[in-house]
Amino acid sequence: MSSSPPSDIRRTPLYSLHAELGAKFVPFAGYDMPVQYKAGIMAEHRHTRAAAGLFDVSHMGQVVLHEAEPALALEKLVPGDLQALKPGAMRYTMFTNENGGVLDDLMVLRRETDLFLVVNASRKADDIALLRASLGGVRIEYLEDRALLALQGPQAVAVANRLLPGVARMGFMTGANFTWNSHVIFVTRSGYTGEDGVELSIPNSQADAFARELLAQPEVAPIGLGARDSLRLEAGLCLYGNDLTPETTPIEAGLAWTISKRRRAAGGFPGDAVIQKQLALGPARKRVGIKPAGRAPARDHTKILAGGAEVGEITSGGFGPSVDGPVAMGYVAAAQAVSGTALDLEIRGKSHPATVVPLPFTPHRYAKI
Amino acid sequence: MSLKYTKEHEWVRVEDDVATIGITTYAQEQLGDVVFVELPEIDAEVEAGNEFAVVESVKAASEVYSPVGGTVVEVNEDLAAKPGLVNEDAEGEGWFVKIKLADPDELDELMDARAYKAYVDTLS
Repeated sequence: MSSSPPSDIRRTPLYSLHAELGAKFVPFAGYDMPVQYKAGIMAEHRHTRAAAGLFDVSHMGQVVLHEAEPALALEKLVPGDLQALKPGAMRYTMFTNENGGVLDDLMVLRRETDLFLVVNASRKADDIALLRASLGGVRIEYLEDRALLALQGPQAVAVANRLLPGVARMGFMTGANFTWNSHVIFVTRSGYTGEDGVELSIPNSQADAFARELLAQPEVAPIGLGARDSLRLEAGLCLYGNDLTPETTPIEAGLAWTISKRRRAAGGFPGDAVIQKQLALGPARKRVGIKPAGRAPARDHTKILAGGAEVGEITSGGFGPSVDGPVAMGYVAAAQAVSGTALDLEIRGKSHPATVVPLPFTPHRYAKI
Repeated sequence: MSLKYTKEHEWVRVEDDVATIGITTYAQEQLGDVVFVELPEIDAEVEAGNEFAVVESVKAASEVYSPVGGTVVEVNEDLAAKPGLVNEDAEGEGWFVKIKLADPDELDELMDARAYKAYVDTLS
């Protein structure tokens, strides 16, 4: 095989570091990304829950909105309450379409004079096009010159604090600037594993050196996309394209908690009527946790049956290393969306029993400050 | 007899007219941690080149194709509780099934260890 990728495959600034660490690469959202390193997905997953895991998430889109009132402007596209955000505070929300379906899910952080957004790699081009088309007067800056690292796990914040003193004082879902090697690193206390941790936005030119310094800390191991997926699945967190799509609403997805009282009442975002109706009457189907009874993993698109009738399908499913068994999420009709409901999963033509369970599978251990 | 191999990374060892079948060390390295193996029923008929088992890693499910045809006479029950045997000892304790051969001539189509190693070397 050739050592240089086809021209349409991109690499993050940490590509050579991944290769040095023995990463196995897979194409993901147009990037050559490490799916796992030498330790393997199982060990990487467990290491993150026990100590601290370093993830390269530089493929994700970092976007800044500049304007006098960027929060007010962005509220036209998302149901999240951005005006209520104090400077330094962060919120999870989603771009919606006219039917209330989800175009992408994202993090929004209010800074003193702008809004900092992190969007999915697979959606970033469309998101930026949507922002440009919809937010007249707002300057939209795509931070192509910055890498994004995630350090996750019970020891992640102690490690980050060693390199960037003060990180440990940050509240959960807040962001602040730190200086390392005379470069600004923008840190948020957040993540996608259910563990405490940080995400670090750093100039491309500094990403390799900073990642190596993190990896030199005894608690830290590199973690690939494979474990990132199993960690977020156990944590009950949605994956865009699987659990969230243009055909699913935030209410069906169990994300009503992301929409404040003011925004529920006032609307003013795409699909507001559909979402308000679902909030009032309850959605016809809901995302639930599903625990297969046996050992066979139920992957996405597995059919879900109740009493012989099809009631939905699995949208994310696999093996949960911390649960030590198969775990899944999927959409079922409202009547079945009750913990304890018995279901059948059709895996390779055979019926396998399963139960609706509360999410997450692994308790969240976010910072309590 | 020594092991014979397929391009789909299965191995077969024949004693009398019974073939023991599994996936190769190379295959388990590519799959990563094996978390579940779906095996056929005893007495199931399998055909050479057809899917007869599924091996699931944390990440994905992969089909396993039979190198030879015949009747399943035994399956490795230990894999139900310890699927990780496939990673630890793919070409030994991590075997999948034993098949009573329908046509021993099918073995002639398979690679010996040297040919398989040369084939694997072309893949990396």
